[in-house]
Amino acid sequence: MTGTSAETGAARAPHRSLPGRSRGRFADPLFKAAVTTSGVFVLALLAFMIIRTTADAWPIFAKEGLGFFTGTEWTAGQTRDLPNIHGTYGALPFMYGTLVTSAIALVIALPVSIAVALYITQLAPRRLRNPLSYGVETLAAVPSIVYGLWGLLFFLPVVLRPVMDWLHRWFGGVFLFEGPVFGLSYFSAGVVLALMVLPIMTAIIREVFAAAPTAELQAAYGLGATEWEVIRRVLVPRSMSGIVGGAMLGLGRAVGETVAVAMLVGGSQAMGYSLFFAGDTMAAHIFNTFQDALPETVLGLMAIGVALFVFTFLINVLARVLVWRASRFGGDAAV
Amino acid sequence: MTTTLTPPRAAQRRSLRQVDRRTRWRKLTSLVMRMVLTVTMALACLPLVLILYVVAERGWSVVDLHFFTQDTLPFRLEGGGFRQGFVGSFLIMALAIPMAVVPGIATAVYLVEYGRGRKLAALVRFVTDVMTGVPSIFVGLFVYAVLVIGTVKLGFGTLAAAVAIAIVMLPIVVRSSEEMLKLVPDSLRSASLGMGARRWQTTTKVVLPAAAPGLATGAMLAIARGAGETAPLILTGLGSFTMTLYLVGERQASLPQLIHQNAVQPFEPGIARAWGGALCLVAITVLFTIVARVIAARFARTREGM
Amino acid sequence: MNRSVRQRRWFAAVAATALAWAVAGCAPGTNRIEGAGATFPTPLYQDWIHSYAISVDPDLTVDYQSIGSGGGITQFLEQTVDWGTSERYLRDSDLADAERARGCPAIQVPIAFGAVVIAFGDPALDGLVLDAEVISAIFRREITNFQDPRIAALNPDRNLPDREIIPVHRADGSGTTSVFTTWLADEDETWASTLGAGTEVAWPAGTVGGPGNEGVAANITQNPGGIGYVNQSYAMVLELPQATVVNADGNPVYPTPEATTAALSELMIPDDFQFDILGVGGEGYPIAGTVWNFYWECGYAPQTAAQLRDFWSWAVREGDEAALALGYIPLDAALKQRVLAAINRIGSGDPARTGGSGDGHER
Repeated sequence: MTGTSAETGAARAPHRSLPGRSRGRFADPLFKAAVTTSGVFVLALLAFMIIRTTADAWPIFAKEGLGFFTGTEWTAGQTRDLPNIHGTYGALPFMYGTLVTSAIALVIALPVSIAVALYITQLAPRRLRNPLSYGVETLAAVPSIVYGLWGLLFFLPVVLRPVMDWLHRWFGGVFLFEGPVFGLSYFSAGVVLALMVLPIMTAIIREVFAAAPTAELQAAYGLGATEWEVIRRVLVPRSMSGIVGGAMLGLGRAVGETVAVAMLVGGSQAMGYSLFFAGDTMAAHIFNTFQDALPETVLGLMAIGVALFVFTFLINVLARVLVWRASRFGGDAAV
Repeated sequence: MTTTLTPPRAAQRRSLRQVDRRTRWRKLTSLVMRMVLTVTMALACLPLVLILYVVAERGWSVVDLHFFTQDTLPFRLEGGGFRQGFVGSFLIMALAIPMAVVPGIATAVYLVEYGRGRKLAALVRFVTDVMTGVPSIFVGLFVYAVLVIGTVKLGFGTLAAAVAIAIVMLPIVVRSSEEMLKLVPDSLRSASLGMGARRWQTTTKVVLPAAAPGLATGAMLAIARGAGETAPLILTGLGSFTMTLYLVGERQASLPQLIHQNAVQPFEPGIARAWGGALCLVAITVLFTIVARVIAARFARTREGM
Repeated sequence: MNRSVRQRRWFAAVAATALAWAVAGCAPGTNRIEGAGATFPTPLYQDWIHSYAISVDPDLTVDYQSIGSGGGITQFLEQTVDWGTSERYLRDSDLADAERARGCPAIQVPIAFGAVVIAFGDPALDGLVLDAEVISAIFRREITNFQDPRIAALNPDRNLPDREIIPVHRADGSGTTSVFTTWLADEDETWASTLGAGTEVAWPAGTVGGPGNEGVAANITQNPGGIGYVNQSYAMVLELPQATVVNADGNPVYPTPEATTAALSELMIPDDFQFDILGVGGEGYPIAGTVWNFYWECGYAPQTAAQLRDFWSWAVREGDEAALALGYIPLDAALKQRVLAAINRIGSGDPARTGGSGDGHER
């Protein structure tokens, strides 16, 4: 395939029109200005979003300070007296909930993603590769609300509940599985979240594995390694940063996931160490309480939104760096 | 054990039992792990099947002609439909798509045609990457503050909802369009410029048409995502139980939000309708995704011919 | 070039449609009134809207979105809705804010009453006797099992299951929570000093939240051992087992419409319609709430004010049967007159009034 400039790096794109032809001479700079404006607009939009929401939510941060991140009490102010803040806005329970549900999702989805990616790239017959990847990645086409509905009314009573009861019965002594067993809990939200982040992680890890130079793998086979040994000692180690990058992108998606989690996590503002406790996450709390919130509480929710944005931003930046690093070793592994 | 005179081919046909114990163990491990991976693969295909099957099974009986032609009845009554949700989602998307696709492709054109190697372009690309990860509820908060009750007081309605969805879709369109435009070979551009076309003519009449299928793919994926969003709509469109066609001044319903409203209430008829709505929504988004993939596959194949 | 001409024509057609829509679509519907607010009266309002459209005025579209009591107040004061609904009345400071924002007074009226019941998931527990202190202890997670001695003391003849109690509360801020917690704070010292009253309180660990009355009802039925507070209507339609609650006089009362009506019989309702239902004794069921609607005296499009008056007057006058069927308590005759008079003031501050009876400002 003829190389594009992106890959040949240093070569410059053809960029100058032939001179002459006085008619239409202004169309070029005009067009360039138009598309550049569009690019700048995207920049400005994001900047405006962040600045505006942070500015609106500032009174909350000003009042709570670090307490916003460490406080465990979230009580809405009942009066309409802006800009004075009367309520208490400690968002730790929500951050904790986000952390726990995302961790559960990652613990379940990452090994499965790696296994699926391994199967597709190493073990599957060539003809099956595309259908299989499409099959798994179609999970990403299902909207969040459908995950929530299906999770709440089918998956939870039919599959999750028995699993939770079984885990509680046999491992109830371990703090993670202590009762009481709520239907709506970190665990329920976490498992459905795992299903939601599976496709994106699989796609990225699959690309990372596919980008590994076959020469190295063949060399290992030539030395007498078994399939598993090639995977374990050659493929996975060299793809590590890509795998971690994929995991982080999945984590970023899990952290920001709203509707499905809101329907499954339980809406309780307390923190519990058991997986079966009902809790709340940042995104789910905003979703559940936004419509009903008094103006002061809306600011509190905006503050959570800003914090949530910062989290997803950091995670995504880290992920891109890691995945980009993996792509340096050959092939286009970036999404 | 064989002697060195045995030809290599026969050596490969030796049975497992004739190698040393350590190799036997290694081969066994490899076999076991292979089975583990295969089983995991099979299990990973299960959730999708389960979701599609359950949604279809529970929603099928509800979806008939008047599911599309009647507005929603009180939750506890049977019958009625989701007409206002379908119409609402359609109108919101009709507004959101141009709002997202036009700036999206324009930005992609900037990044690929005019911005290579430049710092501004790198910044724009980075920002777009960041925006793909922004939780959609955050976008909803922003649009509520600015458009619904804020500086521009539009109130709840189609326009505010469309803006929110467009902001969610924009980064997806930019990123995928950029990838597609990059796939168009430079030889095409050079040839066009060599024949005397201006830069903008090259872009609009050669590059964009060449990348059109790929751009369509990106747009369709963004549409599938936008159509399924619920969170940004709860305080921009607010929701409605009757069909409305207005841009501003009247609140607007949407399919995902209707599904949510019916799902979290306890009356059975409403829940049944939620399943029906979910079936329609999944059908739409999965269909769009599959079609997008088919177009992308064809596009990649024609690219390879160049 | 045919293709180019075709493309241009098609593009022009789309552009023309878009432009037409942009112009026409900015004139808000003249046959539509929109309200938002509490989830408490949702089944009732939906029923009224449905009946009105069928039997009185099929041309009018009435839309009600249950976003919560706080939302009802907020959106009313933001003037994004034609009317607001809440389980909490507007205080004087709110009314002052409202008048400042709109340029004319707001009108608030009670529309219906309902009981807030304690519902269970387990049918065997129907009629379980609980009093304020025990309920407070349950929701504070001080009592965690049905076989707790304090519950047994109130229910000597009942076989209590050995099961963990899972209290269900509202995940969203809510007027129903406000009614429930106001009653608890009024009756139980410990509650008043710890969680207090309000639309959103800091529920302790070990409780589950559901969105809306609807979500709570769903949660109660899904968790064995579930116990929660919902309005009477949901409990009735879903046939949820309910608790018998001990009122201020020490009488255990099961939530029936008669019991709630009895609770209202002693009620003194002031002119400004700002009141709480507390200290209910006699035969009355003690946990009761009111649903208020908020309107404006001015600022409506001409038809809107008339449509609001027509619909809500009809609801107050003719809606009793539907209310009772759904488990709500309608206004009594005297209160109805006062409320209808207030409803007539909707739009009275506007210069041109189309139709409707009554004169201008009455206050």
